[in-house]
Amino acid sequence: MHRRIVPAQDLIWSNLRRPPGRTDLGRPPVSSGLTCDLVVTYLAPVTDDRVFKALADPTRRFLLDRLFERDGRTLSELESELDMTRFGVMKHLRVLEDASLVVTRRSGREKLHFLNPVPIRLIHDRWIDKYRERQVSALADLKTELEEEMA
Amino acid sequence: MTTGTETAVTTQVYRVYIKATPQAIWDAITQPEWTERYGYGGRVEYDLRPGGAYRAFATDEMKKARAEMGGGPVPDVIVDGEVLESDPPRKLVQTWRMLMDPQSEAEGFTRLTYEISETGPGVSKLTVVHELEGAPRLALFVGGEMESMGAGGGWSEVFSDLKTLLETGHGMRG
Repeated sequence: MHRRIVPAQDLIWSNLRRPPGRTDLGRPPVSSGLTCDLVVTYLAPVTDDRVFKALADPTRRFLLDRLFERDGRTLSELESELDMTRFGVMKHLRVLEDASLVVTRRSGREKLHFLNPVPIRLIHDRWIDKYRERQVSALADLKTELEEEMA
Repeated sequence: MTTGTETAVTTQVYRVYIKATPQAIWDAITQPEWTERYGYGGRVEYDLRPGGAYRAFATDEMKKARAEMGGGPVPDVIVDGEVLESDPPRKLVQTWRMLMDPQSEAEGFTRLTYEISETGPGVSKLTVVHELEGAPRLALFVGGEMESMGAGGGWSEVFSDLKTLLETGHGMRG
């Protein structure tokens, strides 16, 4: 499945998402004191560190891109696209699973690998939004434009 | 290619670890006072038994936004479905059909499974499997592929926001 093809009539969906600034009532915010943060660090099985570490390797990014193109692949399928031993691919998939970027499900006798986009979303919300996404995307646009001019 | 693999290609899997009890996550998914505080903010109605009805309602913001851009009216019920299995607070299986526009409605019912398990003291794992065979348009929407058009980030945004709400007491936008 090619996920990136979006028909033009989908513009009708515009502004479905909730606007900013709505107030939350009810539960008070949980204290983010030191103790609380330590608990999170020790107990949360998936941390930003693991996600960044997993993403820091080109083979693992390649595997994620393959799953983005087509989800639910077996080890054999993924292995066939890499010049690497089965054991090597397994090791990389293990790191991706530990970071929760890949989730496996059994289907009959097959073990299928799925891309889990939630950790990337969390990093996006934590890091990209924080450092002004708009300015970053303006710079990215400028880079693309300049590179196109040069080509 | 086997049928199983073809089905897998149209399946989306989401997983998030949340510092909350399975019961808190279950409540956040099934109770309207929680569902209006994260994700798209629509209230839900669940009859939590096999054959029970599921409905999710449009927010005023959605209706207003659609009216402002001259689109057709947003229906009151934007998602409907049927509960297939309910094992609180561990597993919920249901059908799920989007009613926001005729195309999505025509794609019919898809199958959605929530699995919740405790992985450590106070930490739970939420896994969501959305089987989207025969629903390519819905797959784009819930996969967040229509985000640049203002359709929101789909399930990854919803579950990130759910995590934020349960861990901090505030959703990402409030």
